[in-house]
Amino acid sequence: MKVLLRNPRREIEVVGRRNVNSLLAELQLSRESHLVIRNGTLVPGDADLAADDEVEIRPVISGGA
Amino acid sequence: MVASGSKCRTCKAPAIIDLPRHNANFCAEHFLELCRRQVVKAIEKFDMLSIDDRVLVAVSGGKDSLAVWDLLIDLGYAADGLYIGLGIGEYSDVSAEHARAFAVERGLHLIEISLRDEYGYDIPTAAKATRRVPCSACGISKRHLFDKAALDGGYTVLVTGHNLDDEAAVLFGNTLRWDVEYLSRQLPVLPARNGFPKKVKPLIRLTEREMAAWCIVRGIDYLVDECPMAVGNKHLAYKAALNAIDIESPGSKAAFYLNFLDNMAPLLAGRSLAATDELGSCTSCGAPTTSDLCAFCRTAAKAGAHEPVPVELVLSKGRRRR
Repeated sequence: MKVLLRNPRREIEVVGRRNVNSLLAELQLSRESHLVIRNGTLVPGDADLAADDEVEIRPVISGGA
Repeated sequence: MVASGSKCRTCKAPAIIDLPRHNANFCAEHFLELCRRQVVKAIEKFDMLSIDDRVLVAVSGGKDSLAVWDLLIDLGYAADGLYIGLGIGEYSDVSAEHARAFAVERGLHLIEISLRDEYGYDIPTAAKATRRVPCSACGISKRHLFDKAALDGGYTVLVTGHNLDDEAAVLFGNTLRWDVEYLSRQLPVLPARNGFPKKVKPLIRLTEREMAAWCIVRGIDYLVDECPMAVGNKHLAYKAALNAIDIESPGSKAAFYLNFLDNMAPLLAGRSLAATDELGSCTSCGAPTTSDLCAFCRTAAKAGAHEPVPVELVLSKGRRRR
């Protein structure tokens, strides 16, 4: 599946099915500071991601005081 | 496409988000309802707003400020927006586009102020000229202009998009240093007094993740990219630390901050009043200050006299230091 990452914006290819939490763990990204959008829709941690899905992992933390 | 297994706690429809701190999952409709409820709870508990207030929302083009503006309009408040052009290169250009598009699409009024055009400096130049970290020069500039715009425009309340993560991170930093003076001022409502407008933070019961989700579900096109000058700042490290704790023990971050407000802030209340009672007026602009010149006028004088500094120059120096 195609996975879009942000800050900086880049795209990676991930092979094989897995759920959202597994993908975040594999990429060493915190569940508390990211959201996952599958084919344009927000999905929870146990959502399955298939090979033909377009996935965006969106960081949600901003640094201003 | 494969369906997710988890169901909404309220209606049992497929969930779009899991919120471990509530030990629950929610569909889009009931997630939005939860957010509205949390904002109403904060507004009512701390007497933040009344429906006849003239509200000014400080807007950056990011998720939190656009979400709080959207939520207040959704809840029936009359709220205008205020955007400050900070001159942080392309980042500022794009953030302005997001703020403007949000306002235009909803028929809302957005006030714009350009630091460079109206005060003769920008944040990269201020950081270099004052030898402060960029976030410090930025905070001084924004707070002053927020206050001024609210008072000049006759607004009764200034709203900022500070969320639970922001407040918990500041509290964490202040607690690490046991900085009683700053701890005593860390309140979700600052009343109007001594030349300051009333300031409120309606998002204190909602996390950054929840605010980003609000924007995605509501179709709000916010600026996802991080401010290039904020990279590596202390607040990001504090947020990461608190999120690591929250993963192990969901709800810890909310308890840390919200229980501070319930149990500790009342014990510090006298100290914050003492701090603001001692303020005089800036000899240049009249704003409240403890010195002859306020921090904004000192920053503007130094930065305005300095040759403009491109953001890339400040960033490359920051990277070398790290």
